[in-house]
Amino acid sequence: MLAYGAMPPVGFVQSKYGDMVNSLTVSERHITDAVTAVNFDVRGFDTLGEEFILFTSVLGVVVLMRRQKDEPAGDHEDQLPGRTIPKPSDAARVMSFALVAPTVLFGLYIVTHGQVSPGGGFQGGVILASAPLLLYLCARYSDLKRVLPDKLVDISEAIGAAGYIVIGGACVALGGVFLQNLLPLGKSGTVTGGGMVAFIDLGVGLEVSGGLCTALLIYLEELLEDKEQ
Amino acid sequence: MNYLAYGVAAWLFLIGLYGVVSSSNLVHMVLCVGVIQSSSYVLLLSIGYRIGRPAPIFSDISPGTPAVDPIVQALMLTDIVVEVTVVALLLSLAVQIHKRHGTLNPDRLTKVSG
Amino acid sequence: MSEQILRATILLFVAVGGSAVVLTRETAAQAMVVSFYGLLLSILFFVFQAPDVALSQLVVGALALPLMILLALARVKKQGQKQKRREQENT
Repeated sequence: MLAYGAMPPVGFVQSKYGDMVNSLTVSERHITDAVTAVNFDVRGFDTLGEEFILFTSVLGVVVLMRRQKDEPAGDHEDQLPGRTIPKPSDAARVMSFALVAPTVLFGLYIVTHGQVSPGGGFQGGVILASAPLLLYLCARYSDLKRVLPDKLVDISEAIGAAGYIVIGGACVALGGVFLQNLLPLGKSGTVTGGGMVAFIDLGVGLEVSGGLCTALLIYLEELLEDKEQ
Repeated sequence: MNYLAYGVAAWLFLIGLYGVVSSSNLVHMVLCVGVIQSSSYVLLLSIGYRIGRPAPIFSDISPGTPAVDPIVQALMLTDIVVEVTVVALLLSLAVQIHKRHGTLNPDRLTKVSG
Repeated sequence: MSEQILRATILLFVAVGGSAVVLTRETAAQAMVVSFYGLLLSILFFVFQAPDVALSQLVVGALALPLMILLALARVKKQGQKQKRREQENT
């Protein structure tokens, strides 16, 4: 209760750092989205840690939900003989099918335009990861596995996670500080603004979408019917 | 009125805590932990907000106009990532506990086999 | 003035939504309530001028979280059935 009494009323807290970032972000870094500027440019190292939190959590989920030795794999529920799964209604299937391509496009747009308008790697990555889910809703699990094999998802996630470090290391190799923004800062308000932020955004987007797709596929695998001995 | 946001954050924290303590289902407990995490979002959000100022995106408004604090919003993005992480891992743990002990009720999980 | 009313309203909705999540004991119903609560939170972030956060909260809280909950519940149910069948075979 004492702490509450001492806090200033909502909306009047003064924070010098925030105001400074707001006023300088366009002139110095050529990025119009201040939050992305903070995440990837001013405090880029913290985002590296955050990306690896996500990476390790997906790793943890995979380890925890792994098939143990005493559970032999079986067919997926859709394909068991004599099993009547109610098919999703036609309206749902048409809607999901129609929405898959726009979702992927929208996710890519959000990923690449992180420095212009609200968005960025993480938001776009999550939207991209929801596209396979839509595919699962309108098709069967085997179709999903055909379009999105495990290898592809693993590789994209690894490229994203490693890409962040590689970019930072490249900065060190070129004589700067780790994750220093070395590319020429383009015109603010366009996709080229902010130099290196575009590449980091792509890396994070790949990593997040790959990681969440991995977790999704692992959770879906658990619906495999176990064969009786 | 000015302190409503802080009050809501405190209320969410307390009711989430109540849910964790009085829960009889592990999955329900995990979601109450999620409610506690959302109380931290509301607190951070209300710290960074300035009355009457727009969002910190400068494509439409001219650069240099005072806007809402962006540092706190970057912190909140990390917070959301952490929430996804925690919930995913706790759910996997709950599923494995159910496999080993056959129950999701925390009151009945008394044995800790070493 | 109307902005203040909007903010107060959405804050109260969030408080009620949080209580609803906790007070729903049925886990399958709780997944739906969590999805709705995620939507309420993202509207709150939008009203408080935080569009980036609202975007990620929307996709995470309304999509990924309930999905994980429902899949975990499905697995738990299947494990329960398998254990019951094993007990029946043993007796």
